[in-house]
Amino acid sequence: MTTIAPAGTGSRATLVLGWLSLAGVAALAALGLWWSPADVVQGDSVRLMYVHVPSAILMYAGCSLCALGSLMWLRKRTDGWDTLAQASAELATLFAALTLVTGMLWGRPTWGAYWTWDARLTSTTLLFLLLVGYLALRSVPASADTRARRSAVLGLLLVPNAMIVHYSVDWWNTLHQDATVAKLDPTIDDLMLFTLFAGMVVGGVVFSWLLTHRFRVAWLQRQVDEVSLDRAIVERRAEADLAGHGSTR
Amino acid sequence: MTHAAYVLTGWGVVAGSVALFTWRTLRRGRTLSRLVPEERRRWG
Repeated sequence: MTTIAPAGTGSRATLVLGWLSLAGVAALAALGLWWSPADVVQGDSVRLMYVHVPSAILMYAGCSLCALGSLMWLRKRTDGWDTLAQASAELATLFAALTLVTGMLWGRPTWGAYWTWDARLTSTTLLFLLLVGYLALRSVPASADTRARRSAVLGLLLVPNAMIVHYSVDWWNTLHQDATVAKLDPTIDDLMLFTLFAGMVVGGVVFSWLLTHRFRVAWLQRQVDEVSLDRAIVERRAEADLAGHGSTR
Repeated sequence: MTHAAYVLTGWGVVAGSVALFTWRTLRRGRTLSRLVPEERRRWG
């Protein structure tokens, strides 16, 4: 049986993931914006938690996958690992930005300010800037090997930075609240806790779907670069042959 | 709903950003796949 090459980055698996993502987002919106109760102290602003916390977890996931891809590239030197690092870093950057924006929007009604130089907020901003730097480094013109090596070194630094962000609320005296869900007996309403976990599960599905597509885009870009390089080498050889024949006449 | 502007802006920014990223990624994938030979873009 022959398979037809797709006209994009889609496949049967991404189609299933895509529909699951859409259904999950719709269910999460219904849970988060309507069914789940308002908080006694924070009122309805607590509904921002259902997008803020999953965004932060997906930021960590992106950083971890980028570091894994970087480490494995340094060991194996295969394109797939570098492509994984690249795709996950882009997603980590997106979710880091969303974590910061939703956190600021939640901070205004809760703390009375969009921004404060709190340890959690500052360390998250530094992680976001590191991710932007990682993407900038990848866009610096260089051979594929040099680019992968440089980015792998920077990619490995994402894990200690993500750990600083995570533990900042324990290590420093911060305005940001401590871990709520990680406790064995979280003091949170059951439906709120369920909605929060639903947000994490739906976020995980959306992240997997986006990562698959982004990985394939990066893979296609590599193929285009290789084809262009092959074509350029053939053209240069043809020009050199032509010049050689011309000089012998 | 109390704090509706903050809540809806937050949810809207997340939904909008993810939708924009998805649209950009899928469009770029379609453009690039036209430039790559069929045998190099089988996703299984």
